[in-house]
Amino acid sequence: MREQKKLIFEMSTPGRVGFSLPEDDFTGIEVSSYLNSDYLRQEEPNLPEVSEVDVVRHFTTLSSRNFGVDSGFYPLGSCTMKYNPKVNEDVARYSGFALAHPFQPQETVQGNLKLIHWMDQMLQEITGMDRFTLQPAAGAHGELTGLMIIKAFHRNNGDTERIEVIVPDSAHGTNPASAAMIGFKTVEIPSNARGLVDLEALKNTVSEKTAALMLTNPNTLGLFENEILEMAEVVHKAGGLLYYDGANANAILGKARPGDMGFDVLHLNLHKTFATPHGGGGPGSGPVGVKTELIPFLPVPVIEKLDDRYYMDVERPLSIGKVKNCYGNFGVVVKAFAYILAMGAEGLRLTSEDAVLNANYLKEILKEYYELPYDQVCKHEFVLSGSKQKKQGASTLDIAKRLIDYKYHPPTIYFPLIVKEAIMIEPTETEGKETLDAFAETMVKIAKEVEQNPDTVTDAPLTTAVGRLDEVTAARTPILKWQPED
Amino acid sequence: MKILKDLKYTKEHEWIRIEGEIAFIGITDFAQEHLGDIVFVELPETEEEFVEGDSFAVVDSVKATSDVYMPLDCEIVAVNEELIDAPELINEDPYENWLVKVKLTDEEQIESLLNAKEYEEFCAEEE
Repeated sequence: MREQKKLIFEMSTPGRVGFSLPEDDFTGIEVSSYLNSDYLRQEEPNLPEVSEVDVVRHFTTLSSRNFGVDSGFYPLGSCTMKYNPKVNEDVARYSGFALAHPFQPQETVQGNLKLIHWMDQMLQEITGMDRFTLQPAAGAHGELTGLMIIKAFHRNNGDTERIEVIVPDSAHGTNPASAAMIGFKTVEIPSNARGLVDLEALKNTVSEKTAALMLTNPNTLGLFENEILEMAEVVHKAGGLLYYDGANANAILGKARPGDMGFDVLHLNLHKTFATPHGGGGPGSGPVGVKTELIPFLPVPVIEKLDDRYYMDVERPLSIGKVKNCYGNFGVVVKAFAYILAMGAEGLRLTSEDAVLNANYLKEILKEYYELPYDQVCKHEFVLSGSKQKKQGASTLDIAKRLIDYKYHPPTIYFPLIVKEAIMIEPTETEGKETLDAFAETMVKIAKEVEQNPDTVTDAPLTTAVGRLDEVTAARTPILKWQPED
Repeated sequence: MKILKDLKYTKEHEWIRIEGEIAFIGITDFAQEHLGDIVFVELPETEEEFVEGDSFAVVDSVKATSDVYMPLDCEIVAVNEELIDAPELINEDPYENWLVKVKLTDEEQIESLLNAKEYEEFCAEEE
């Protein structure tokens, strides 16, 4: 049954209220004698007039339409939607963390400063970098911060002509966007037939203008760039730096370290790799790690330790400045810190092993039914193509919508751009074999539906509150808020 | 898929209609088909100069945002302003609705473009 719910404004009945206020005892006082008329409302605000139970039911219904990793399987490639253990939430709510004020005297928040300092060290050990800032509030913010550090480094060397950032054609869209944000020019290099960066193309692209190569490894196809050491050498020889996009770090924990691969700067997404909540606009956390020669450029404050005392070091003349107020999203850092300690080194290694195992397990089942353009052992995710199904009459978009009918969050689609009708699946490590089998069975079922009667798939979803939305009108003439009828 | 005989093409799926030293440039039927419904087009300024390979426009569809690359060295003479309010025109007729009108600065480059037959073969490989 499809239940089309009204907006709360449309439920409004004149005069209905969900509250009763005491009588106004400020009699004889005119507001207009205290406030300039510019600040006074000329008309009553147009608020919905509803009872308390109407409000509760309305928002409860909306919340029940949410889909998160707590409600079901969420194989969103490149986003690592892993389960977030609830103990992390408990820890972040300890009063010493949750109730601390950002401007408290440093002596009174030594434990919190210690946590930041300790987290920095753990991330160093995991990634092979020499120092971190925990300020950036998200992955893309981390990219921006990392590139600002790179720009400051080159400028400090008098290298003002280094304005090009090289990205592979499979890069995350945020990479060129971040580069453009700080005035770098993006140069794209193609992938080779195996889906990896074309080393020859890279050699021909680097120059005295190269500021950095931005890369994620394993790459967006879920494949490990096995020529990374050669690539690092090429870029370094040309005077450029290597930037590691940590989006895919879940595949290599305890196995390989970007710092050892030759990367100079990286960001991690605590909300991807380290099990803090993800999406909905945050709060996220995108710590940036650097090698020694870039430490002077890190944002201030940097938490330092002198004898037994932790303090915020702001006397750093080469610093790029602050990138976020206070110390970033501290509560998120606490959750990731709790996760890392709970997992331990062995646990993190197992995390990556299981993430990779799960992805390969699904890939092997599904490649019989969907095209697999790069057929090789993958890391934590893999990219199918819906090209075969498209020819039979249902596109990747249709397949994704059909998955909603079967109560799955669809995978990432139409990304990376180098795979036609791309379906990018990342199961993550926490899913058991039963969950993977059930999902695979559904994907197989959909492939058969497309083969027999594509219409059942092209009309999907049929079981949701709203069906196929008009994406074109939504993009061309969006209505962003409710407006009263005149 | 429609390919017009008298146009020139690129492997980036742009078409070029040459009229002396003036050329009209748009995206092909293949391109619009693969992009899906186009919802936004960003065009350059007139008198802006480009060299071959520069990104000169951006096409947003419900699926992806794509750069459009300049096939020839040129200067922009005019942009198709109609597309700003009606980007769907590209989906309706990609060959009628050009993106930019340009003045070529190196007419010899025309030689390196694909003709209709070559482009058709290229698309067949891409599929």
